[in-house]
Amino acid sequence: MIRLLFDIAYTHIAGRLRQTVVSIVGVMLGVGFSIAMAALMQGSQDDFVTQLIDALPHVSVSDETRQPPRQPALDRFDAVEMFGLKPDDDRRGIRNPTEVLALLKALVPGRIAPALTGQAVARYGGGDVGLAVAGIEPAAEKRVSRIAKDMREGSLDTLAADPNGIVIGDGVARKLGAGLGDQITVSTSRGILKRLKIVGLFHTGVTTQDDGTGYVGLKAAQILFERPNAINQIKIRLDEVGQARAVAARIEREIGYKSLSWEEANQSLLEAFKIRNIIMFTVVGAILLVAGFGIYNIVSTIVHEKARDIAILKSLGFAEADMRHIFLIEGLMIGVLGSAAGWALGFGLTELLGSIRFELKGGLTEVTHLPVARDPLHYLIAAVFALGSAGVAGFLPARKAAKVKPVDIIRGAT
Amino acid sequence: MTAPGPAPDAAAIPLIEARGVTRILSGAVETTLVSDVSLSIGAGEFVAVTGPSGSGKSSLLYLLGLLDLPTAGEVLIRGRPTHAMDEAERAATRLATLGFVFQFHFLLPEFSALGNVMIPMRKLGRLDARAMRERAALLLEQLGLGGHLDKLPEQLSGGQRQRVAMARALANDPPVILADEPTGSLDTRSSAQVRDILARLVAEQGRTVVAVTHDLTFAEAMRRRIHLVDGRIVSDEFSPAAAGPQAGLNQVAQTQAATS
Repeated sequence: MIRLLFDIAYTHIAGRLRQTVVSIVGVMLGVGFSIAMAALMQGSQDDFVTQLIDALPHVSVSDETRQPPRQPALDRFDAVEMFGLKPDDDRRGIRNPTEVLALLKALVPGRIAPALTGQAVARYGGGDVGLAVAGIEPAAEKRVSRIAKDMREGSLDTLAADPNGIVIGDGVARKLGAGLGDQITVSTSRGILKRLKIVGLFHTGVTTQDDGTGYVGLKAAQILFERPNAINQIKIRLDEVGQARAVAARIEREIGYKSLSWEEANQSLLEAFKIRNIIMFTVVGAILLVAGFGIYNIVSTIVHEKARDIAILKSLGFAEADMRHIFLIEGLMIGVLGSAAGWALGFGLTELLGSIRFELKGGLTEVTHLPVARDPLHYLIAAVFALGSAGVAGFLPARKAAKVKPVDIIRGAT
Repeated sequence: MTAPGPAPDAAAIPLIEARGVTRILSGAVETTLVSDVSLSIGAGEFVAVTGPSGSGKSSLLYLLGLLDLPTAGEVLIRGRPTHAMDEAERAATRLATLGFVFQFHFLLPEFSALGNVMIPMRKLGRLDARAMRERAALLLEQLGLGGHLDKLPEQLSGGQRQRVAMARALANDPPVILADEPTGSLDTRSSAQVRDILARLVAEQGRTVVAVTHDLTFAEAMRRRIHLVDGRIVSDEFSPAAAGPQAGLNQVAQTQAATS
């Protein structure tokens, strides 16, 4: 019986070959381009996130707390209301740094690097540049960040040996007009002045870093900021990046300091990706909706054209449901054929986009490919959208076909 | 497969029965197509429904064939009231019990003669593919189309198409054939063939044939003639073989004269 309905449906769409092919091509283009687009967008997102993860610590522990410390007044009185209370700025940084570092080493599956950061002003000749100074242990820092890879001149390792060395971004150097080997003066808000020698220049590609960051040895920073033995930041690079959120939460529970996973630190960015994905699926949905109109058009033309056949089939003993099924099958046939062709097109386009080579100039010339993500889910989603739209497009005329009154047609035809 | 011909208790229960059937077409102006028609048709009857144009002959046939629903009254098939049936049940009844032949052949243009005849069988699904094919071929051969099994309707003549349509009506071996002007668009020779086939269905196979016709020669060959005027039965008479065919013809002619 089902075979019969398929046979009849097939003769209908085969009888309007050109229109059918146009509809199939419509669905094919919709499915194909949405797959290629999804591959490209997902690919660029994945690429971006990978770079982000690569550049930033997976978890970063600072000396701040999320909640201000509990005030004695709260214990003393039953009802207390406080205004303007905020966590204090503890010059001691993360307390008991040695202990904390030891605890983290035992707790965290990954690498750990301590740092002391602060604000300073760099001066060379007549120029002043605001500088975020980070005191680091070069050996540990290299294992948690990409900074060693971004060195353009000199070396990060020099900082370990030279307490008066500084590594600055190439943007800072340009603004100051200083180069490798020059002596610059760094002063802090507490009036400490220190003459440091530029022993390295880096370029990360992130402007805020290149134009405003300098690295010194951890000891040098502690002297510069008058915070002996203090650290106020611990960067952690995990073996398994997916655990960042869980590890951050666990660290915060254990030591009480604010501990940010990369996801939390970049929440707004990740939310922007979500919105981008919603926009993408809306566009894909719209494309396939348009393809659906093509299907609606042809099935509805067939219903109109085949009114006589519908009438006779009903007089032979076909029920309304059979008529509905025939035309629904026609819509879905076009949807299925279009989806299959669209998968092939999508695959081809994705591979084509993935193979395009282009050159990016960023200090060094690098040759790269468009990032594409090959995900079966994209194929599935596109096909589901296409079939859904084909189903609706077939169903509407099918309902009309089911309502054809054979008597009206037979009377009109004779 | 049902045995051809009447069921054993057919004498007691009429195959088709109409009780006070009225069909009013609603619209800006209400049109009464059929008005208070009661009749019963038993197994093996050969019935002509005649009347002037617009007298409601075809409408009555569609009502008896469950293609249309009466505004009032009811149609019973084998004693079963049909007004309580849902649309799918009525379709199933048409599929197994009734065979339609129209003035226009209404063959599906994309299917061969054999394919067209097989459609009702495939819908019913009682036979396997081979048996369906064999039965369809046999039916077409019996109607003199043995050499045209795989031809498309457009490759057949008008008379041949109508015979394919008749084979299709017989596909599921229905006890009743309802024919609406089956010879209306055929030449004399083809008309004679179609008439002959319908007569044989009654005489040799014991089927019931109800035919709406303008063709007086055709009506005259039938045993029972129902004459409609303005949607009402004005005469319903049997012409036993003893009565001369001319009498029936005169009767029809007179009635027509009276109403025109």
